[in-house]
Amino acid sequence: MVANVKDKAVIVGIGNTTFSKDSGVSELSLAVQAVKAALDDAGLKPSDIDGMATFTMDTNDEIEVARALGAGELTFYGRSHYGGGAATSCLHQATMAVATGMAETVVVYRALNGRSGHRFSGGVSGEITTADAIHWGWYMPYGLLTPASWVAMFTQRWMHNTGVTKDALFEVAHSTRTYGANNPAAFFYGREFDRAEYDAARMIADPLQLFDCCQESDGGSAVIVTTPERARDLRHPGVSVRGVAQCAAENQEQMTSFYREEFAGIPEMETAAKNVYAMSGLSADDIDAAVIYDAFSPIVLWQLEAWGFCGYGESGDFVKDGALRTNGRLPTNTHGGQLSEAYIHGVNGIVEATRLVRGTSVNQPAKTVNHALVTSGVGIPTGGAILGRMD
Amino acid sequence: MTAEDQKAFEDEIYAFVGREVCPPTPAKDDVNSTMIRHWAEILGDSNPAYTDEAWAKNSARGKTIAPPAMLYVWNQEGFAATTGRAPDAQTALVDLFNQHGYTGVLGTNVKQEYFREVSPGDTVVMAMTIDNISERKTTVRGPGYFFETLATFTNQHGETIGTQRFKVLKFIPQEQPAAAASEDTLKVPTRIASPRGHDNKWWWDACDEGKILIQRCKNCQTLRHPPRPMCGECQSMEWDSIESTLDGEVLSHTQLHHPKIPGYQYPLICAVIKLAEGTNIVSNIVGCEPSEVHIGMAVKGVVEQVDEKTMLPQFYPA
Repeated sequence: MVANVKDKAVIVGIGNTTFSKDSGVSELSLAVQAVKAALDDAGLKPSDIDGMATFTMDTNDEIEVARALGAGELTFYGRSHYGGGAATSCLHQATMAVATGMAETVVVYRALNGRSGHRFSGGVSGEITTADAIHWGWYMPYGLLTPASWVAMFTQRWMHNTGVTKDALFEVAHSTRTYGANNPAAFFYGREFDRAEYDAARMIADPLQLFDCCQESDGGSAVIVTTPERARDLRHPGVSVRGVAQCAAENQEQMTSFYREEFAGIPEMETAAKNVYAMSGLSADDIDAAVIYDAFSPIVLWQLEAWGFCGYGESGDFVKDGALRTNGRLPTNTHGGQLSEAYIHGVNGIVEATRLVRGTSVNQPAKTVNHALVTSGVGIPTGGAILGRMD
Repeated sequence: MTAEDQKAFEDEIYAFVGREVCPPTPAKDDVNSTMIRHWAEILGDSNPAYTDEAWAKNSARGKTIAPPAMLYVWNQEGFAATTGRAPDAQTALVDLFNQHGYTGVLGTNVKQEYFREVSPGDTVVMAMTIDNISERKTTVRGPGYFFETLATFTNQHGETIGTQRFKVLKFIPQEQPAAAASEDTLKVPTRIASPRGHDNKWWWDACDEGKILIQRCKNCQTLRHPPRPMCGECQSMEWDSIESTLDGEVLSHTQLHHPKIPGYQYPLICAVIKLAEGTNIVSNIVGCEPSEVHIGMAVKGVVEQVDEKTMLPQFYPA
């Protein structure tokens, strides 16, 4: 098999910063200077960039570079591991992205204060002041330290904007746990759960209470992906990836995108959804069941809106009509979700979405599941995929 | 110190054993219900035998009694102790230790025995002697001697109420690296500080000086927060800053209930605040009940020292 990238990607711009022993500026500053220089060389604007590729060892997060640069949406960001061996790997990533249409213009960058800052010769110890560490520094001193607290901040404003109440959060918490109670693999297996217990549970970060929050788990999940040709020869009917996308939206921060004109929303997931629908030729109407990332109950509601199952602010009524339940419009998190099966960073969700399409979920809906949605965590750069039966 | 010097020193200190520290001396005040009530309240001891006169009247004793553990309370010097202590055998012994380098002092244990109850109106009479002095010991604090005083308490009829043995270590202080380290960990925890790098140090340094700045692009004047090296509007890397008035409006908020992190005072409210200048900032809301915080609330910020090490903007209801 030969990769089909020939002549599908071309280098059009190059840029360097000044090289020195003591730059006197941050690594992030070096990164944006280098990228800007390459853009100028190519005659492009920051907003032309929709993809980034760098080293895992690079301290400059793509979204920090994008924000500093004034780039807009990113629809591709890939990192390559293994120190200097990543140099041509980054170009490889960029080439694949451009050849496949995942992004149109990808910038490869690497920036470091390798002499005045963290020296490789110094070994792998010592404190490093990264853009990421500085980012958390805007929240840590105030005590805004946990995922629940960050999500609570979005939730409070979203509930204020939309009038959605705890009734809807409870419906997510309850329908999910009802599935979990019937799943022998779930933490919640065999457990009773009702509104009184939900209401009586301790507050974590208001408005989130204990049962709005996921499990903390040890465990592992995995999925094997192969070609359709190979899949036909294997034991189970293939479950095909109809579409998959990732997105970091404008002014994205990790869990703290509080600086947007309106921050009670997840525009990154709206873009990912739009792109998955476009590449799959499907719409929300074609989705029969879903596994929606549920670190916290309210984030399921936002994602229902982002994927177009209902409009902004309508998810409360949507779920209260029983949409997420086994006979509802969109049976969701039928394994019990991360709220009550286990928190394996969403990969257990991909396992369950595959089961839904195969027809083997422990809580398999009565209707035929032609297409299942599975999503990533939100509040951060995110994404999702639609899985369907292989033709 | 030679062996001879050591022997001479020990002869001197052991001569104190059996000496009187104070002769039988009545307490300045008789046993009284006011002091008993203070003691019981502070310890949270609601035993009616100590404080409920009506209840006590009907009890087997027919009157309230003092908590036995108050034994040593009645004969305390009180405020007079701050103006100096008359020399006695114990101060002379302590001086002797100090002169020979045994300057460290550590109360190690107290043992009380109770024989008889006292009630309001009784007089407690205390006598004290130096009861025993140990041989020279090697301790983790340094080499030293334990000495023990014996206090005997009697009532106005000469009947013994109880005794107290108080043991003290006098020692030559040693360098205590391990102890010093453990004291470090006992320091009051402070809030988790932001790391400071090229792109944010200037902001936090200004905060330390009581000012909250907002980064401004020198080219197109666009304000940005949190600070970053390039303007997202015009890509200029030239910037200065303006000082915020800290007038703001709450865009969202949450009260942090769990987990409670050492170094933070609870209840703790975090909020996203839109500053009058137009940029948003995350901070704390203080100076009101948590239930009073709401979206749209007008707030005014003040840069305050929130703990031993931390200056932060804190927002109050405007």
